Amino acid sequence: MSSQSTASHAAIEEVTHLRERSFLQRMLTRQPFWVTVAVLVIVGAMTLYQPTAFASADNFFNITRNFAFIGIMALGMTAVILTGGIDLSVGSTMGLVGVVCGLVLQAGQHWAIAIAAALLAGAATGAVNGILIAYVGLPSFVVTLGMLSIARSLAIVLSQNKIIYQLGPWGDAFDAIGGGDIFGIANPVWLLIIMALVFGYVFNFTAWGRYLFAIGGNENAARLTGVPVKRIKLQAYIVSAMTAAIASVMIVGWQGSAINALGTGYELRVIASTVIGGASLIGGEGGAFGAVVGAALIELIRNSLLMAGVDSNWQGTFVGLFICLAVLLQRIRHRPSE
Amino acid sequence: MALLELNGIAKHFGAIEALKGVDLTLKTGEVVGLMGDNGAGKSTLVKIIAGNFPPTEGEIRMSGDVKHFHKPVDARAEGIEVVYQDLALCNNLTAAANVFLGREVKRGVGPFRVLDYGAMYARAAELFRELKSETRPRDLVKQMSGGQRQAVAIARTRLSDAKIVLMDEPTAAISVRQVAEVLDLIRRLKDRGIAVVLISHRMPDVFAVSDRVIVMRRGSKVADKAISQTSPEEVTGLITGAIRTA
Ligand SMILES: Nc1ncnc2c1ncn2[C@@H]1O[C@H](COP(=O)(O)OP(=O)(O)O)[C@@H](O)[C@H]1O
Ligand SMILES: [Mg+2]
Repeated sequence: MSSQSTASHAAIEEVTHLRERSFLQRMLTRQPFWVTVAVLVIVGAMTLYQPTAFASADNFFNITRNFAFIGIMALGMTAVILTGGIDLSVGSTMGLVGVVCGLVLQAGQHWAIAIAAALLAGAATGAVNGILIAYVGLPSFVVTLGMLSIARSLAIVLSQNKIIYQLGPWGDAFDAIGGGDIFGIANPVWLLIIMALVFGYVFNFTAWGRYLFAIGGNENAARLTGVPVKRIKLQAYIVSAMTAAIASVMIVGWQGSAINALGTGYELRVIASTVIGGASLIGGEGGAFGAVVGAALIELIRNSLLMAGVDSNWQGTFVGLFICLAVLLQRIRHRPSE
Repeated sequence: MALLELNGIAKHFGAIEALKGVDLTLKTGEVVGLMGDNGAGKSTLVKIIAGNFPPTEGEIRMSGDVKHFHKPVDARAEGIEVVYQDLALCNNLTAAANVFLGREVKRGVGPFRVLDYGAMYARAAELFRELKSETRPRDLVKQMSGGQRQAVAIARTRLSDAKIVLMDEPTAAISVRQVAEVLDLIRRLKDRGIAVVLISHRMPDVFAVSDRVIVMRRGSKVADKAISQTSPEEVTGLITGAIRTA
């Protein structure tokens, strides 16, 4: 009797498995897939249109390096957005961390100390955000908007509103980290690749990653089933701020100086990258690959506009339109009709 | 000795007395229907047993020992599982991910401890088979019917060796066929010696599966009777207050 019922259930499993959507069908409903297609189409079109200027090794180097900074931050932002929160303070955090880095180097400290100080400053910013959001219960939008203002103001005060050019005896070594390249690919790009793999792994294969999705899907359910919701949320904001710190270290090294305006307006580009890459601002949806291709698409459009002789300030308009479009697409895909 | 014993449980929310001196006992493998009008205190009682919040007064004993639950995990450690009124499911996750939420199966060591998808899918499939549900472990919960969602929430209670399963209105928002499914699930829990507390507004459901019915009115227990000793008419009267006590 019981063996018969298991057998009939096994049969149901077999049949229903066939009805489960195939890999290809699943791919076609994923936003990162379509963004990748868009990236490839733009690359193809621009290669035909501007074979020498666009399809050059130099331009490839530039594009990839430029979006690497945004991409790195978009990975951290994805952690926050998965929980249903938002981090508007990443651009300012970048500025504050850049100034901290510059001051530490200027004081003649080793580059490793500068990086440690940068990570610490980033972690501290994220921890303040996270504690206010997860433990005090304030809305992430408000808290990180406040931090956007505070971190920028601290950056200006600490730098005495001057650009820090003199990066001390370890300045060159520090610059080599963010400004150098390996096998013709900029170091920030290598870092982006490594970090994307790490974040992809964490999001998909660890309990921590799963809890981010669970909190974004139904925070109350996550809490009731024993997920340490507050701790995970705090950690997500720390991770986001740390990625801003890492991007800041790379960008200061590349530019060879620290300015307190570093990262101004980056929060929008970072958020746009994650959303274009399929992350839902309501939470519970998104991924590492999407964040990276989202960042790639934005930079590619900026670069293409430049190449086409269009004022690159139009980028802001495109970024804004893309955010709306991406959210609209999500709305359509989430119709209850499925 | 009773599996679960509540003595003089009271709960105040500010000026609101949600529960006033409720006594209750539960035996192994017993299904108890908990009925009462909206606001009678049923959910509050269940939440106290589940460790969502402590009672203002009174004590909880399990097999004679006094217990203090500070969070749901504490109650769960004692073998108390809950199927919440809103089911507490994450729509964006698969059935298996929901079943194992907060109790993921992992393999590997240290920072390389990863989710064991294979083991979780296999165990979830086994649980759904045990519950005779057609729910598939890999399906997203948002694509599921009400009955399948119930099965996910109930399968969750089968992960550990639960002694008591508390169900808050499991049949409130689902179709007739699905109600029958849920009632079957309850019988299956009972067969395994699990005590079930079933909160429901639906008289036929309570009379179909319960051994005993408890009626609450305005925070007090007004009746506690074997199903064979009462009738839907009497219970209705007790709920509305037409009958004072029984
Ligand atoms: N968290 C809370 N805060 C304040 N009052 C509450 C809370 N939970 C329940 N109550 C009140 O306690 C009473 C009992 O509610 P509840 O247990 O949900 O009733 P039932 O589940 O029987 O409909 C109601 O008056 C309700 O408004
Ligand atoms: Mg209720």
